[in-house]
Amino acid sequence: MTGDTPDGDLLLRARGLTKTFGDFTAVDGVDFAVRRGEAFGFLGPNGAGKSSTMRMIGAVSPPSGGELRIFGLDPSTDGPRIRARLGVVPQQDQLDQELTVEENLWVYGRYFGLSRSQVRERAVELLEFAQLTERAKDKVEPLSGGMKRRLTIARSLISAPELLLLDEPTTGLDPQARHLLWDRLFRLKRQGVTLILTTHYMDEAEQLCDRLVVMDHGRIVAEGSPRQLIEQHSTREVLELRFDTDDHAEYAGKVAGVGERVEVLPDRLLVYAHDGDAAAAEVHSRGIEPLSSLVRRSTLEDVFLHLTGRTLVD
Amino acid sequence: MTTLFEARGAHGERPSLTTGERIGSVLEYQLAVNRRTWRGRIFSRFLSPVFFLLAMGIGLGGLVDDRAGGVDGVPYLHFVVPAIVAVQAMWVAIGESTFPVLGNIMWDRMYDTMLGTPLRLRDLLAGHVLAVVGHIIMATLIFVGVAAAFGGFPTWGAVWCIPVAVLTGLAFTLPVFAFTARQEQDGGFNILFRMVVTPLMLFSGTFFPVAQLPVVLQPIAWVTPLWHGVEAGRALSLGRVDPPWLLLHLGVLVTFVVVGWVLAERSFTRRLIK
Repeated sequence: MTGDTPDGDLLLRARGLTKTFGDFTAVDGVDFAVRRGEAFGFLGPNGAGKSSTMRMIGAVSPPSGGELRIFGLDPSTDGPRIRARLGVVPQQDQLDQELTVEENLWVYGRYFGLSRSQVRERAVELLEFAQLTERAKDKVEPLSGGMKRRLTIARSLISAPELLLLDEPTTGLDPQARHLLWDRLFRLKRQGVTLILTTHYMDEAEQLCDRLVVMDHGRIVAEGSPRQLIEQHSTREVLELRFDTDDHAEYAGKVAGVGERVEVLPDRLLVYAHDGDAAAAEVHSRGIEPLSSLVRRSTLEDVFLHLTGRTLVD
Repeated sequence: MTTLFEARGAHGERPSLTTGERIGSVLEYQLAVNRRTWRGRIFSRFLSPVFFLLAMGIGLGGLVDDRAGGVDGVPYLHFVVPAIVAVQAMWVAIGESTFPVLGNIMWDRMYDTMLGTPLRLRDLLAGHVLAVVGHIIMATLIFVGVAAAFGGFPTWGAVWCIPVAVLTGLAFTLPVFAFTARQEQDGGFNILFRMVVTPLMLFSGTFFPVAQLPVVLQPIAWVTPLWHGVEAGRALSLGRVDPPWLLLHLGVLVTFVVVGWVLAERSFTRRLIK
């Protein structure tokens, strides 16, 4: 069949993918590949080029350079064929506020050529899945942020896509709404849907992604599973120290050599060490008295800090 | 729960949609949105032409007929009614091509949503334009019916006012779609309404023949779609068709539609494909 990838497991491949807007380079020659059934993430701060990359993958934004193949097809010539197999959850919900919850699904399904009976049937299933069945006849406008987000995800699934693109799926949601949404995304993954998502939350990336790339200033600075990235770019544990000072940098020299390295944040020092408790004991034995000390495991936040010298969410 | 994907079978290539399915799905969306407001619209589309009929046809018309014996040898009502049909088509066309289009671009971003699906830019343009045509047809039918009841048409040729009005409306719809797609906010619409719509309505041979205008102003009427729509509709309604002139009028209107389509497609591409 035309359009199928040579190695059938590869859904998407980008080489030297670039996006420029005038003089500004949003995506600067990135390479990545996504396999079928995988949950793949783009982690990075705002402005890292994640959304521009997603819009190119969604076959709505033409690449400025490089090569991109989705299902083995070229988005610049086969946009509609590619989009017929994608589900898209944009950063903003873009629901029609004047239509009801179920009408939003019906209308959207028709864009994919589904029959009226098909869209009605699937809308019932999807509203169940999104836990919105009781709100089916309500207008969209009064729904909570989490409900709108779930409706947008339900909408993206109406055509039973094989690849689901989620641009910051839980930004702006409260913790409870986020967990509910993560649970729904897990279910989809278990059903074999390939997920590509962007996020600037490291916990979301850790929860959802099998593999991810860390993006900064339009480039990919690291790639791997969350665990691999932590192993490669951080230590097992981190000792967080707070001191009674306006400038934590002055304490950095005093704890030098305690762990493998020290990062200075405005409000604390991060001491990277294999054994956090041993590091804390060492600090104590040097006679240094922090206001508080805390030992925790390394996270992707630490990976990002190490790779870019900045925190993810500021 | 059964899986959401069982029913569908294997993943892979989908049969592509026909042009009719694509445009139809966009039209369906626009109609679904309008379903909530159509009663209000019919009401206002019925009332405003009735006001015009009363004021211009009966009120002013009585005066003109008494003092001047009508216009060009016909009662003022017969002169003015086909013109109001065209004016109304212009109003509806511009009303439906400004705020609703900018809304789909900027506010609910429905065009972006559509472009994430198999639909192409042309499909959403064509589908939305067809929805506007639907509004124009509805408004025109209502008004022609009301005007006929008032005795506004001397001949059955008035039936031809309906397609001419739709064409006149389209000649505004497409250029205005192009204009709207270049607006960053709705402030430009005020200028459009004040500087284009109102002068056109007043000076396109609607309420008095263009010959009444100073000679230097007359050519301005010739290059506006409204004058051509008014003249064509009036000739057909009065049974005074001069074929070369009629063809010229229709030709100009068609030209506005075709050029407008090209401009609209270009503006939409610039605005929506980034």
